[in-house]
Amino acid sequence: MSFPNLLTVPKIDKIGVEERVNRFCKRSIKNSSKTHGLHLALSMIDLTTLDGKDTPENVKRMCYKANHLHDSLQGIPKVAAVCVYPTMVKYAKKELKGTKIKVASVATGFPSGQSSLDVKLSDTKFAVNEGADEIDMVISRGKFLAGEYNFVFDEIASIKEVCGKAHLKVILETGELDTLDNVRKASEIAIYAGADFIKTSTGKINPASTMPVTYVMLNAIKDYYKKTGIKIGMKPAGGISSAKIALQYLVMLNETLGYEWMNKDLFRFGASSLANDVLMQLQRQESGYYESIDYFSKD
Amino acid sequence: MSNIDLNKIWNYTTANESKDHILLKEKYDLFINGKFVKSNSRKYFNSVNPATDEIIAKISEANKEDIDLAVKAANSAFKSWSKLKAKERAKYIFRIARMIQERAKEFAVIESMDGGKPIRESRDIDIPLAANHFFYYAGWADKLEYAFPNTSLEPIGVAGQIIPWNFPLLMAAWKIAPAIACGNTVVLKPAETTSLTALKLAEIIQESGLPKGVVNIVTGGGKTGSEIVNHPNIDKIAFTGSTKVGKLIKRSIAGTHKKLTLELGGKGANIIFADAAIDQAVEGIINAIFFNQGHVCCAGSRLFVQESISEIVIEKLKERMSSLIIGDPLDKNTDIGAINSKEQLATIKKYINIGMEEGGEIYQKKCIISETGNWCPPTLFLNVSQSHTIVQEEIFGPVLAIQTFRTIDEVIEKANNTPYGLSAGVWTEKGSKIFKLTKELNAGVVWANTYNKFDPTSPFGGVKESGIGREGGLHGLKAYLKFK
Repeated sequence: MSFPNLLTVPKIDKIGVEERVNRFCKRSIKNSSKTHGLHLALSMIDLTTLDGKDTPENVKRMCYKANHLHDSLQGIPKVAAVCVYPTMVKYAKKELKGTKIKVASVATGFPSGQSSLDVKLSDTKFAVNEGADEIDMVISRGKFLAGEYNFVFDEIASIKEVCGKAHLKVILETGELDTLDNVRKASEIAIYAGADFIKTSTGKINPASTMPVTYVMLNAIKDYYKKTGIKIGMKPAGGISSAKIALQYLVMLNETLGYEWMNKDLFRFGASSLANDVLMQLQRQESGYYESIDYFSKD
Repeated sequence: MSNIDLNKIWNYTTANESKDHILLKEKYDLFINGKFVKSNSRKYFNSVNPATDEIIAKISEANKEDIDLAVKAANSAFKSWSKLKAKERAKYIFRIARMIQERAKEFAVIESMDGGKPIRESRDIDIPLAANHFFYYAGWADKLEYAFPNTSLEPIGVAGQIIPWNFPLLMAAWKIAPAIACGNTVVLKPAETTSLTALKLAEIIQESGLPKGVVNIVTGGGKTGSEIVNHPNIDKIAFTGSTKVGKLIKRSIAGTHKKLTLELGGKGANIIFADAAIDQAVEGIINAIFFNQGHVCCAGSRLFVQESISEIVIEKLKERMSSLIIGDPLDKNTDIGAINSKEQLATIKKYINIGMEEGGEIYQKKCIISETGNWCPPTLFLNVSQSHTIVQEEIFGPVLAIQTFRTIDEVIEKANNTPYGLSAGVWTEKGSKIFKLTKELNAGVVWANTYNKFDPTSPFGGVKESGIGREGGLHGLKAYLKFK
């Protein structure tokens, strides 16, 4: 782990990025490639509930849904993980015991990250001890915007240390970073400080994930891989509510990082309502007509 | 260093645009004086789909007598059309624009079938831009005195317009819209290999009720074109095409009263500085040279990369090329379609051979090429210099010649070291550098941090051997007016 050379971080042209993204959205995904894409999307979902009003009961219900997406549809994958607050980890773990579905926990003073390093470390340790397989931390956006890049880097590195075997996803909260140049810079800092995944947003700030932001982050991952041979994962989160948008993200992933990244070990969708829309599309692929949304359980 | 493998990707199944909704006649005649009439030559030539080699229609060949009839019709229409209230002229042009929009899908499919360009481009670029040109110039028709204050204006008369095969409908719009907005009448000849959308436009013009003879569309090859150029009752020639033919036209009308605008060849320099946004610049290089299979007069066919970033840019360029989809122009996912004609494919191949013989290092995208139709994989040439033929001459195909440079002055000198002067591109995040280059590059159009962007409001045209006059924008009106 070494601090990245921020002088050589590529600059980003916003208009160029938007144009490129627009091209991804023009791809026409049909028939067998659509079914394949929908299966992939489903398998990459981190089913999420991150509310102040979360209780063990509603977390349990969500976990059951994660394991039984739509039992009448044959041969569909399960979601990759559920994502909850640290205090909910143990209930999720218990509910998902014996499945391959991971439990991810947000930590480090989520969503604002405005707490001391001690608090952040103990928050993380708590989640890990409760059994979290993955930690979704937030960076200190205030410090980043104040130019204290070393602080941000050190904080991520310290969290990584206490994560132990748990995978670390670093949330940049791109909706607060203002420019795509900042997104790229923050991506570099997170990757070099030890992130296993970089993630766009908490879902608490508007805009959450956008395709231009994700594209810039994918390019940071690409350049890092070229330099080091190490594959970093990507998780856009928030705002990906329909199968159509998810397929557009997958086209972007496909044409930027290639097929090697197209699995749940290297790409996730952080979303709460995406799964049902994907299921509805899959149902249509199979039967040829749309079923009412009321046939898909809301948990 | 690890490489990203974009050859192994999630493949998209074919997503073909439907052809069911289009109407094509078996034979197309000449559009003269508001009617479709048989040519006096009685000859027809084939219009071929360059992706499949199928004959899609037979096109009439106009001879000297036909041109004479068309010019007569245009001349007699000029008398009343030039006197018609400008706002009335505008109404017709607005109507044509709207009708193109209404039938955009049909136009897009025919454009792709006839010319080989991907449906994504004809649908999203060619056809909407063509409609926009009519809208734009319709707006000017009754405001000409505000465009050029303190002078008295008059239309010129009959304009003979000859257009190329790379943007068939769009070029027709560029030529017809400003001409008729200013009160002129038109005899237009589309290119031999791509007459169909111009003839479909003739159908729209007929339906729009535009007074007969204001726009006449005659089809044929070079010989038909020269009959237009040499016709004594034509007052203005507007030509878009090769520099070679442009020079011929200029010679043959020397000493006559005919006014002239020429939009000719180019060898655009696309300049990437070390301080550019690299990933977007790479995308820009791809768009500059592979847009419309490189059949673009302003294509960025000479790439200059600053030496310190040349390795990374070339690597990223190759990687990006591997994810381009080449194939059926009617597939919505196709990025690169078919080469427009057998002749053009032979020209491109000739240049690729010359490039290799002269010692250039060739890199081509790996792709399976169908045996029917005309195809050329996207091609790069490395290790070339200003002295190489493929750096000097216009290829008009998907072939990019790459050179490196060290300093700003060096790259300006090299970029200007060509008989052409149509277009250039500059990629840097430093504003002052952009201003220096736009000032010192000898080209009619200079794009900064983008390439191949067209808009009806923006004038387009070349300096040096790339042409005379401007099309588009306010400047585009001047070519069709007499100032007193």
